[in-house]
Amino acid sequence: MAVMTDTDTAVARPGRPIRWSAVIDHAVLIAGSLLMIMPVFAVFLSTSVGDVEIYRDGLHLSFGPHMAENFDKALFTQGGFTGEITGAKMLMNSFILGIGFAIGKIIIGMMAAYAIVYFRLRFATFAFWMIFTTLLLPLEVRILPTYEVVQGLGLANTYTGLILPLVASATATFFFRQFFLSVPEELVEAARIDGAGPVKFFIDILVPLSRTMVAAIFIIMFVYGWNQYLWPTLITTDESLFTLVRGIKQIIQNLDGANIPEYGRALALAIIAILPPVLVVVVFQSWFVKGLVESDK
Amino acid sequence: MKRAGFSQPGLPMMLLLPQLIIIAVFFYWPAIFAIYSSFFLQDPFGFGSTFVAFENYTGLLSSSEYRKVAGFTILFSLLVTFLSLSVALLLAVKADKVIRGARTYRTLLMWVYAVAPPVAGFMGVMMFNQGNGPMTEFLALFGWEFKLGVNYTDTATAMVVVAAWNQIPVNFIFFLSGLQSIPQSVKEAAMIDNRSGVRRFWDVTFPLLAPTAFFLLIINITYSLFDTFGTIDTLVKGEPGNNPMTLVYKVYVDGFRGNDLGGSSAQSVILMVLVLLLTVFQFRLIDRRIHYT
Repeated sequence: MAVMTDTDTAVARPGRPIRWSAVIDHAVLIAGSLLMIMPVFAVFLSTSVGDVEIYRDGLHLSFGPHMAENFDKALFTQGGFTGEITGAKMLMNSFILGIGFAIGKIIIGMMAAYAIVYFRLRFATFAFWMIFTTLLLPLEVRILPTYEVVQGLGLANTYTGLILPLVASATATFFFRQFFLSVPEELVEAARIDGAGPVKFFIDILVPLSRTMVAAIFIIMFVYGWNQYLWPTLITTDESLFTLVRGIKQIIQNLDGANIPEYGRALALAIIAILPPVLVVVVFQSWFVKGLVESDK
Repeated sequence: MKRAGFSQPGLPMMLLLPQLIIIAVFFYWPAIFAIYSSFFLQDPFGFGSTFVAFENYTGLLSSSEYRKVAGFTILFSLLVTFLSLSVALLLAVKADKVIRGARTYRTLLMWVYAVAPPVAGFMGVMMFNQGNGPMTEFLALFGWEFKLGVNYTDTATAMVVVAAWNQIPVNFIFFLSGLQSIPQSVKEAAMIDNRSGVRRFWDVTFPLLAPTAFFLLIINITYSLFDTFGTIDTLVKGEPGNNPMTLVYKVYVDGFRGNDLGGSSAQSVILMVLVLLLTVFQFRLIDRRIHYT
């Protein structure tokens, strides 16, 4: 459609260099891109300005001399109520949550999907429904009882308590089930004729075959885990377990109480908090889009 | 299940076990616990609880505060969904059309997906800051004195804008992939029938996108209900006060600030029913989507 409109106009009015419809298209897209970029860009530029200036004038759109200092403070100065947590530690916790969550989901999901798709089981239907009912209710809905249960198990303020309850839904299982169902039936028949058992078939054929799928789902899950807020806020009260996204709350609350609010540090931490997931999404863009569109969340 | 599967009794059980244990402990147990405790009234000092049957539910439904929060949640969800979907649709249509710079635009329009809602909320605080936020200054040009965190309507506006902004990339990606899956032959046939680009869009492209749009509608409502917790929490700086809040935020406030386990659980159960209804609705639409394309 697009191509034809353009050639169409060009043929109708030869010699006219500017196609207005194309100009409007680009104007809309540039406006949209600016809408998405400007807030983050303003925050980024403001990390280069001193605390007092931001406090007085708000976000800056010019470059100042304090960027290195602010990022250094954000990463290595100890903060928080107990003064034990640095940005670097929060960054590490974020990576533990993001990667731990993604890997946990993928391993558990692949195993369960393999069992459901490739085995004859008496209670397969029951297991299937048990697992896929979890797709219906997000963690936010059952947040308080989940907290009580995890607290009761003594898992509050542990990485296990932080990660496992988030893993308790079947998004990855569902995703791999769909993918395994699309793998040609002949493959498993051939493998069986060649004498491969279920374990060998899984490790030597199915896993290598799913590489792209694993990459796609890893990106989606990593970003999802990294960006978790409500659950980490509840389950980690020990500051040494704070993630960057969870730490944002503390940062904002500290801004209001302080004499000279540390805006530079807060804004730098916000930038550090979005940088890794943004890089992952931009660098592995095609896998990311594939994972998002095909998992249908 | 595959026709040519393996039939070995022990292995599949072993493979399923981790998943089943995790969902039993962290999904079914809490969910049942929520339903159970929604029928009890908790002593605020932790001295046991009394069975009160449906009192928590009737108390909620007759509370004017709960109805106000529910009303705001509906309005909030509709506004976020509408705003985000329409901007994303416009951008996707344009991004599908242009040839030069298509990849760059796509990247620029989707990367905000990775910005966490609470961080977006924090950026919103900076943008709408009373006195010196760029957006506040911009709105002041039109005589709108924006007071984030003080004025109910202003705070609600900031919540809608930030939440919608954060959701544009998802909608954009799905709309674009929907547009790109429309067969070239259909587009060419439409070209022959109708020269007007606007008419072609509404008569041919839009109906073909309708399944994607329906699906996104559900995704967006779910997003506005649950994933905006962080946005709202940071925009009000963790102090709800008289500010607008959504149903999920109220579950959190009543359960963790008010220590009202019964009331909070009853709210959770109401939300569960709501999500179940939405999902049933969604599955029926997905059925249709498969026939459609």
